[in-house]
Amino acid sequence: MRFISPEAYAKTIVASVQDYSLLCGRAVGNIFSQPRYIADTFTQMDSIGVGSLPIVVLTGFFTGCVLALQAAVSLKEFGAVNMTGELVALSMIKELGPVLTGLMVSGRNASGMASELGSMKVSEQIDAMRALGTDPIRKLVTPRLVATVFMLFFLTIISDACGIAGGAFVSVTLLKLNAGTFFHTGYMSLVHGDIIEGLIKPLFSGFIIATVGCYYGLKTTGGTRGVGRSTTQAVVASSVIIILVDFLVTQLMIGIFGR
Amino acid sequence: MADTLVSSQISELIAASKPMLEFENVSIGFEGNQVLVGVTFAVAHGETRILLGPAGGGKSVLMKLANGLIEPDSGEIRVFGRSLKDMTQRELFEMRAHIGMVFQESALFDSLDVEDNVAYRLIEEHVDPVEVHARVVEVLQFVELEKAIDRFPSELSGGMRRRVSIARAIISRPDLILYDSPTGGLDPITSNTIIELVVKQRDVSHTTCLLITHRLQDAVTLATHRYNLQKHCMESIPNGGIAAETRFLVLNEGKVVFDGTTLELTHTEDPWLRRYIE
Repeated sequence: MRFISPEAYAKTIVASVQDYSLLCGRAVGNIFSQPRYIADTFTQMDSIGVGSLPIVVLTGFFTGCVLALQAAVSLKEFGAVNMTGELVALSMIKELGPVLTGLMVSGRNASGMASELGSMKVSEQIDAMRALGTDPIRKLVTPRLVATVFMLFFLTIISDACGIAGGAFVSVTLLKLNAGTFFHTGYMSLVHGDIIEGLIKPLFSGFIIATVGCYYGLKTTGGTRGVGRSTTQAVVASSVIIILVDFLVTQLMIGIFGR
Repeated sequence: MADTLVSSQISELIAASKPMLEFENVSIGFEGNQVLVGVTFAVAHGETRILLGPAGGGKSVLMKLANGLIEPDSGEIRVFGRSLKDMTQRELFEMRAHIGMVFQESALFDSLDVEDNVAYRLIEEHVDPVEVHARVVEVLQFVELEKAIDRFPSELSGGMRRRVSIARAIISRPDLILYDSPTGGLDPITSNTIIELVVKQRDVSHTTCLLITHRLQDAVTLATHRYNLQKHCMESIPNGGIAAETRFLVLNEGKVVFDGTTLELTHTEDPWLRRYIE
């Protein structure tokens, strides 16, 4: 195993951050100039959005189920089992819906982007694209960025709905709670700030998934082994950054809305 | 190809008999290893420049530098009269649309069929689909692969992929073609077919080109043969003639060791060069 000096390691990190920032800047800048690859964007929306629907629905539903079960156990001790709806709704909309959807889509799509772009990179298809006069960031990254941010927003809403439906299902069938009470307490507990918080987070997560996935794909070297390494790194990095940014956004929202 | 600023620059260059491609004291290295050192040469309009040299001598790097795919550490590269370092990213992409490039491993888009691969540049330029199809068929006939139009790259042999790559490079009628080892890894018969295509392109379209080859016999064929349009085949230039537009550049360990005509190369007194060509 080869060791590198701390100075060289620090330089590598700074260079990576610089490359990532440049990629993000160019990918966003391309949205506002011609040519735009609208057809590619719709293809990616189908692949990322519709393709991720099953895992998002299942994850959301069963998370809501587990949340209701666990909440009921604790709330029963305080005689507040009727508050299960409130706990499920708040947890799903403010936190679990956005974060779990982000992580699920990250696992499925950041890896897909890194491996697809990585394979293109090692087989010189990215160079061929540039040689043919096409900007790979405009053609490959920007459509994925727009599609992921747009679709993750709606996937999160679906996940929230499925989570609350899952919580309601468990509350009614297993905990023998009243469905009306479940939905009423859930609805009454929510304020505008909670909804805004839950809908802002997927915008950040979508940006992270697309840019991190594409960044690792485009910097792939070392053949098929390199593609595998990039894929793993993309999933790990995007998942960690999603949770980190979730913490920062939560802190910011608490500062703004006071809850 | 759509008329652009680059088109007018090329017309001016041709009128003034200035080089289409110029390298001036270009050096580049990777991770401490110097790959090219002070490389200087120029390629005139209509010239076929053959790039020879041992493997690992920096030939493919030179090709990528010529297309602006990588930047040199020092020196200046002028393509169509303009320095690459003065160009913005957008201008570089516009410039590349006037250059055809054939990659060593073909670099075809594996998720597109042959028609879409070949038509890629035209689709990007929003050319009418009927015209695109007609031009794809025309250019596939040129490389004798019209029957493979709906096949995917994974279904093609190495030689066929190389021919599709040539078709993709020439469909937009570029002003400069860069061939990066078009015969590398191919059997002698397929290599001859590819070289015949290069000769055909040179003699039919008179396009300026830069060609890397490891096979000396390919270079000799290019210098001593021409394409007969009546018989539709390649033939030797009569009376031992040599294609005047063909010149050689030999690289060794990143340095230019020869830059001249076929006759100058064959009569060289340089001991290393003599060993290499013999």
